[in-house]
Amino acid sequence: MENQFYVDSKYLSPEALARKHRLETDPSSRADHMAYLPGMEVISSDVCEKVMSQMEAYDYTKYTARDVRAALDHETCSIEDFKALLSPAAEPFLERMAERARRETSRHFGNTVYLFTPLYIANYCENYCVYCGFNCYNHISRMKLDMEQIEHEMAVIAGSGMEEILILTGESRAQSDVQYIGEACKLARKYFRMVGLEIYPVNTDEYRYLHECGADYVTVFQETYDQAKYETLHLLGHKRVWPYRFDAQERALLGGMRGVAFSALLGLSDFRKDALASALHVYYLQRKYPYAEMSLSCPRLRPIINNDKINPLDVGERQLCQILCAYRIFLPYVGITVSSRESARFRNGIVKIAATKISAGVSTGIGDHETKYTGKEDGAQKGDEQFEIDDARSLETMYQDMSGEGLQPVLNDYVYV
Amino acid sequence: MMEQDRLVIGGHTFTSRFILGSGKYSMKLIEAAVRDAGAQIITLAVRRANTKEQESILDYIPEGVTLLPNTSGARNAEEAVRIARLARELGCGDFVKIEIMRDTKYLLPDNQETVRATEILAKEGFVVMPYMYPDLNTARDLVNAGAAAVMPLASPIGSNKGLATREFIQILIDEIDLPIIVDAGIGRPSQACEAMEMGAAAIMANTALATAGDLPLMAAAFRQAIEAGRKAYLSGLGRVLTRGASASDPLTGFLRN
Repeated sequence: MENQFYVDSKYLSPEALARKHRLETDPSSRADHMAYLPGMEVISSDVCEKVMSQMEAYDYTKYTARDVRAALDHETCSIEDFKALLSPAAEPFLERMAERARRETSRHFGNTVYLFTPLYIANYCENYCVYCGFNCYNHISRMKLDMEQIEHEMAVIAGSGMEEILILTGESRAQSDVQYIGEACKLARKYFRMVGLEIYPVNTDEYRYLHECGADYVTVFQETYDQAKYETLHLLGHKRVWPYRFDAQERALLGGMRGVAFSALLGLSDFRKDALASALHVYYLQRKYPYAEMSLSCPRLRPIINNDKINPLDVGERQLCQILCAYRIFLPYVGITVSSRESARFRNGIVKIAATKISAGVSTGIGDHETKYTGKEDGAQKGDEQFEIDDARSLETMYQDMSGEGLQPVLNDYVYV
Repeated sequence: MMEQDRLVIGGHTFTSRFILGSGKYSMKLIEAAVRDAGAQIITLAVRRANTKEQESILDYIPEGVTLLPNTSGARNAEEAVRIARLARELGCGDFVKIEIMRDTKYLLPDNQETVRATEILAKEGFVVMPYMYPDLNTARDLVNAGAAAVMPLASPIGSNKGLATREFIQILIDEIDLPIIVDAGIGRPSQACEAMEMGAAAIMANTALATAGDLPLMAAAFRQAIEAGRKAYLSGLGRVLTRGASASDPLTGFLRN
């Protein structure tokens, strides 16, 4: 099987290596990816069925230039219109789509652009997701910050002026349990106005606990909505359970979170179908929870430590731009976040068309903000990065650059009530 | 006559009938709104004021301009009340615009929750200006709850679609003894002018200015349109033209005695 992902570490024991190879080559050695594990909450929801039936029926080759023109002429973008805008037939209309997207963005968000930064507090992981730098078979420097270290990191970040933080962990309940993440949220409330979480999916009561600790926004990437493909990429661990992940946003809302964020990791599977499913996931949940805030991200695959061959395949910048314009036209009210995986050039351009939120001062490593922000080598242990970022601009530079692009940078648009 | 024409909200007097909304903001927008549109009231989203940002919006509010903090982000009356109290603590004064939305797509106000929040905040001494969907019964409830003005939406916020709720706003103007301030959806000076001709007390706008090609020019256009509409209303023209024009030969001319 052609694969850009499999890398064997020389540090693995023969037994571990044998198990890894078995997981990679023998599907019968893997757990059922559609079966919930003990302890995983099952909620009753029709959202998944709605999204998946649309995605499965989506044949983007049947759309023509005429459908795209009609979609662009409609005042309200229907699901059919959105499908046309995501299709290859829309590629020649990219500039027109960008113009329409820009109007929608401007109407709903003005010329503002929100800035935030991620904070990785641990990179232990129990999953084997073949494209991820944190995967359990990848030999990297592992680390989990204690509360003192977390507070230090937060103080350094807050000192740069940042007011919104996104707390991330690797997916290990054993190493970074819900209590640990909750304590980090409580600390974050001291330093930041807005606290978001991007952690392993949890149950409703756990989301409620984390909300009470100060978190108010939950990001979960589905990675790919293509269940068969998902199965071949997430070979081991609780993340392998596709439906539990799908319902994470809904559980977060049931747990009292104000908002939720969604995404597929573009490049893993058919990106047009994944983009359709991501947006419909937002669309149907918004209909069910109209008071919830929603946002979409659009990460593309990036190289990781020990594997520089990973790349976003057929999702070039033009395709990414098409997806983002289609998202904006279909869902004019949702936030769109573009991560530091993308270049400064791309991000400067896309914030003027469709994106409303970008990260700055980013590190995807553990415990290295002071070194990265000040250049000061403190000799302390660091944990390795999840992936390589492209746009390494600091908050200060980003603030200046965004102002220079004629945009109004916003550091906070939020009050925790 | 124009010289005595004042907008009075909760005992405070204003000569300008343009209020800057808070949806999209930039320092340039505030400058143009005050200098070119003559705004004396500027809305401020508490969720943005509550910031340590380098360019805090509070620093940009010129002297003599009244701040109207709003409760955007609130999903129910309790949250709106908490945000209003926070605004007071931040030193934003006693004015508060209640915005309660349980819908992130259209941002339509929740009238029921808005009445509840108005009642609580009016009792606490706030000058309460509720944003609402133009419904007469709700407007009456807001009056009874102690509102200082009523702010019906013209069309969905940010849509620039103008007076989609025209007939219902007219009913509020006719029936409610508080200033009716048309809020949300006003996309052009002509629409602002029309609302003023109908008898609206003031216009709140934001997106129409924020997204204009030449901000100061558009701000000046709004000022003139609002003034023109107000003059037309005061002159009696607006009402005669739009509602109940009289025939040149009286229908009852045949009557004797």
